[in-house]
Amino acid sequence: MRGDPPVIRVEKAGLFSTVQDSGRPGWQYWGITVGGVMDSYSAAVANLLVGNTRDAAMLEITLQGPRLHFESGTWLAITGGDLSPELDGKPLPGWRPIWAPAGSRLSFGRPRLGCRAYLAVAGGISLPRVLGSRSTHTRAGFGGLEGRPLQEGDRLAFGASALPIPRDPHRPLVPNWYVNANAALPLEAPARLRLIPAPDWTNLPRAGQRSLNSEAYRIGSLSDRMGLRLEGPPLPLPTSGERLSAGVTYGTLQLPPGGQPIILGVDRQTTGGYPVLGTVASVDQARLAQLKPGDPVSFEAISVERAQALYRARSHGLRRLQASLSLRWPRVGLI
Amino acid sequence: MGPTAPKFLPLGDSALQIVFGDRLDPAVSRYALALSQRVKNLSGLTDRVPAYASLTLHYDPQIWTHAELVESLKALLGDVDCETDDGETLTVPICYGGEYGPDLDEVAQHTGLSPDEVVTRHSGGLYRVHFIGFMPGFPYLGGLDPALSTPRRAEPRTLVPAGSVGIAGDQTGIYPLASPGGWRIIGRTPLRLFDPGRDPPCLLSPGDRIRFVPTGPEEFARECAETRQ
Repeated sequence: MRGDPPVIRVEKAGLFSTVQDSGRPGWQYWGITVGGVMDSYSAAVANLLVGNTRDAAMLEITLQGPRLHFESGTWLAITGGDLSPELDGKPLPGWRPIWAPAGSRLSFGRPRLGCRAYLAVAGGISLPRVLGSRSTHTRAGFGGLEGRPLQEGDRLAFGASALPIPRDPHRPLVPNWYVNANAALPLEAPARLRLIPAPDWTNLPRAGQRSLNSEAYRIGSLSDRMGLRLEGPPLPLPTSGERLSAGVTYGTLQLPPGGQPIILGVDRQTTGGYPVLGTVASVDQARLAQLKPGDPVSFEAISVERAQALYRARSHGLRRLQASLSLRWPRVGLI
Repeated sequence: MGPTAPKFLPLGDSALQIVFGDRLDPAVSRYALALSQRVKNLSGLTDRVPAYASLTLHYDPQIWTHAELVESLKALLGDVDCETDDGETLTVPICYGGEYGPDLDEVAQHTGLSPDEVVTRHSGGLYRVHFIGFMPGFPYLGGLDPALSTPRRAEPRTLVPAGSVGIAGDQTGIYPLASPGGWRIIGRTPLRLFDPGRDPPCLLSPGDRIRFVPTGPEEFARECAETRQ
């Protein structure tokens, strides 16, 4: 009953869409950053919704999405930010599996909420792994599609999927169940990011801490996967002179000489020499990834113990979701 | 035996930083690298990033709490063999000055040396790869002749070609990829320091030693052609 391996063709590239998976840990010793999806929670849910393993490759779509033509019918799921997806001109709900028939077109409209959408297709995007991952590293120019964002004319093939094909594969199909995203990923502004403070946080003058706690900062326009630049009252630099370069991570809040902080993204450098105020809790990386230029942001200090407890609860939730979806899918086959 | 009383700082909830000091000290850097080798097989660690005076460990918070990991690491601190961290010794051909080293004259001016003396002193040293950072395969090299110390450029270049060798303060390093950069560029090597299709992808590892061997522009062009094949 299986057709040809599903392929999508890129009719319009959009702003910045890249192939990403869960990244390439294990290479930072050689200066190679982890990369991968910015919002690993939304990405994991998208994969689970279409029966993939959590680390299958998908598209990370930024603000203005592409127009994609499905050359064969396939199950897909869109999670993360709401960038107004449409299938053949009809609005498409997120956070659930959708059958896109052969010949249909997926397009995106205005970004309504958030910054990055995740498009997973059953079987995952099939590309060779480079250093263990299919993630695109645009700065170094490798991984994904030759290390670059989507271009018009690209064709993406997908791996094999065990999901059932609907009885009428020529019509779109939207099951009436979905994942409630809002509990884990409230996208409404303002964003309050929980931060595990570094010693320089306590060294900041009170006024500086107050600014960081009070939505005095907005995401700057030069933000990307490497870092989110914050614009607001310049912070005084810690007094302890020159810093030696040391390891940094996703979510690390750096303070460069200009006094405008930067939150490092997944395509960050592996080491940095600027003072570090703290690091955003892993559980809030999903929210961080959805911040777009102009969005207000504030920080709230929490302990590393609390952050780890929240992260473990989130991971447990994903495992429960995976189990419940595996019970759902056989019933979808009866549609 | 390592430095006394290192600090264990959380770098978020999935990494921690062991800080040994705040100065560039070759002995401390050796210790950071040796400790990184010592913890290599500890389960639940995803990445190890040694640096001048710190070691950053990335870990899975489902396997370790911060406190448990700190306790396990403290138990290992005294048990580190600093004699085993030396890697290979490699020679790196380099074409100094001219279009390949546009800042050579500025370094000469700043240091009060002639351009030839800068080349003699730079290629006379034996360098140690303290750590790799900034970009894939970028070596932070220790062992620069102090007489060559020159501050970074006030305005970083928007594009430094791959293979460029630069000086920043007391450091020297090689750009594996074309990128923006503020180091003073004194030469260029035809060697490819990073190639994701190669195994291993990076030419240099922390702990390696390197010598720069001056080559002329003709030889540089020939080696470039060979490297591309």
